[in-house]
Amino acid sequence: MQYALLFYNPPLSQLPEPQRVSVVAEMLEEMRVWLGELERAGVFRSTLRLAPTESATSLRRDGAELIVSDGPFAETKEILGGLAILDCADLDQALAFAKRCPLAKIGTVEVRPEFAAAR
Amino acid sequence: MAERDALEAVVRGEAGLVLAALIARFGDFDLAEDALQDAVQAALERWPKDGVPARPAAWLTVAARRRVVDRLRHAAMRADKADALRTSEELRRAEQASAEDDDVPDERLRLLFTCCHPALAPEARVALTLRTLGGLSTEAVARAFLLPVTTLAKRLERAKGKIRDARIPYRVPPAAEWAERLGSVLAVVYLIFNEGYSATEAEPAARRALCEEAIRLARLLAALAPREGEAHALLALLLLHDARRDARFAADGGFVPLDEQDRKRWRREEIGAGVTALRAAAACAERGPHQVQAAIAAAHVLAPSGAATPWGTIAALYGELEALAPSPVVRVNRAVAVGRARGPEAGLALLAELEPVDGAARLADYQPYHAARADLLRRAGRAAEAAHAYRAALALCRGAPERRFLAGRLAQLEP
Repeated sequence: MQYALLFYNPPLSQLPEPQRVSVVAEMLEEMRVWLGELERAGVFRSTLRLAPTESATSLRRDGAELIVSDGPFAETKEILGGLAILDCADLDQALAFAKRCPLAKIGTVEVRPEFAAAR
Repeated sequence: MAERDALEAVVRGEAGLVLAALIARFGDFDLAEDALQDAVQAALERWPKDGVPARPAAWLTVAARRRVVDRLRHAAMRADKADALRTSEELRRAEQASAEDDDVPDERLRLLFTCCHPALAPEARVALTLRTLGGLSTEAVARAFLLPVTTLAKRLERAKGKIRDARIPYRVPPAAEWAERLGSVLAVVYLIFNEGYSATEAEPAARRALCEEAIRLARLLAALAPREGEAHALLALLLLHDARRDARFAADGGFVPLDEQDRKRWRREEIGAGVTALRAAAACAERGPHQVQAAIAAAHVLAPSGAATPWGTIAALYGELEALAPSPVVRVNRAVAVGRARGPEAGLALLAELEPVDGAARLADYQPYHAARADLLRRAGRAAEAAHAYRAALALCRGAPERRFLAGRLAQLEP
């Protein structure tokens, strides 16, 4: 079954400028190691790192009209910063990999199963 | 009628075992529950005529499996192609299962771990555990938790839906996760007991049923995981609390503190069973927080009189517990024990240390803190301060028994 791991983190802009570059580089390196683990375990499907929410554009229906507007779906303290798709036997396996994700140290990792038709 | 009650008792006793085996076999809570319900219905019709079978669990399991086969056949007839493929696979498994011998494998430990999975909300874990491994109906559980039946039914539905949709595995966790997951199971059983043991507004019979279910679950867990000291320790703790149930409240309904309880009303047999379970815990490798709590409970009940309570030992055990699992509750209890062992001022000093740690604002709302402080101040002869603390405790009090007790103590202070 496929599981989406959704990474919610405080926005990078909250980090003080001098540290930002080194913190991001360190995190990217840890993520690379973690994604390597997923590959070797044969559960990795894909991943996507998202640009800051400042670059987001939302489409919303207002009555008959479709409105294009600047900004994310909702302004929140933690933003959706990226995601990974894993193919795991069950939730425990997905959780075991999610627990090892370096982003779990700085934010929330939401684990969501793919939709399965009800019996 | 009596015969029907006796049959229902047998069915109740076996239901958890049968349900666990069915869920393990078919991986589907709803299918297993429906099939068991049908089998129970059949048993209540057949057994009065044919007599109770030698192995009721095996009888129920075979009957339930037959129901599963019937249901799957019906489903296969109605199903579209994609579903039919899956259904036929389940059907094959079901038929194979029916052909096997009548032994019912004990899958209850797996079921217990699934019902107490940390990915489920705590209240869902409690509801699901009581519903599947306990012998209580949804109505009985709802009564004990003062919930509308529909709320509880929805909670159960959501939990079963999550197990299915997120694919929470039905298994005993591997070594790396064992400790954390066992902790979750122990917490659920303790929560069930405490809900029954606390003086809530729920009717006494409903609360009593929860205590009995919790003890049954703790006994089951200790039997299924015999090398886990904490499983035996939880059983010991529950039995030692439960043994005092008739002596906890005075004739006026007020709460009676442990060392003032009428020891003739304690149940000796349950205390004996509790001590046996505590010995089994002590024989295991690890000494966890439940074992220390059970040792404290044992120290209280084994003292020949309230006045002979070994407060020094109890204070030391609370110190050990605080090192293992620090919390304001433990600190407050430790302060009370130290106050009795070494004098009230020593207890008050321990309580004073809590303030910078937990913040005065949070402690201000913490009822046990004020109640403990009031008792220590009273014993120190600081009547005016004690009265002030009793009033603070009373203002935060929720249960009537506690209120009666505190008001009584306050009245003694005021001439």
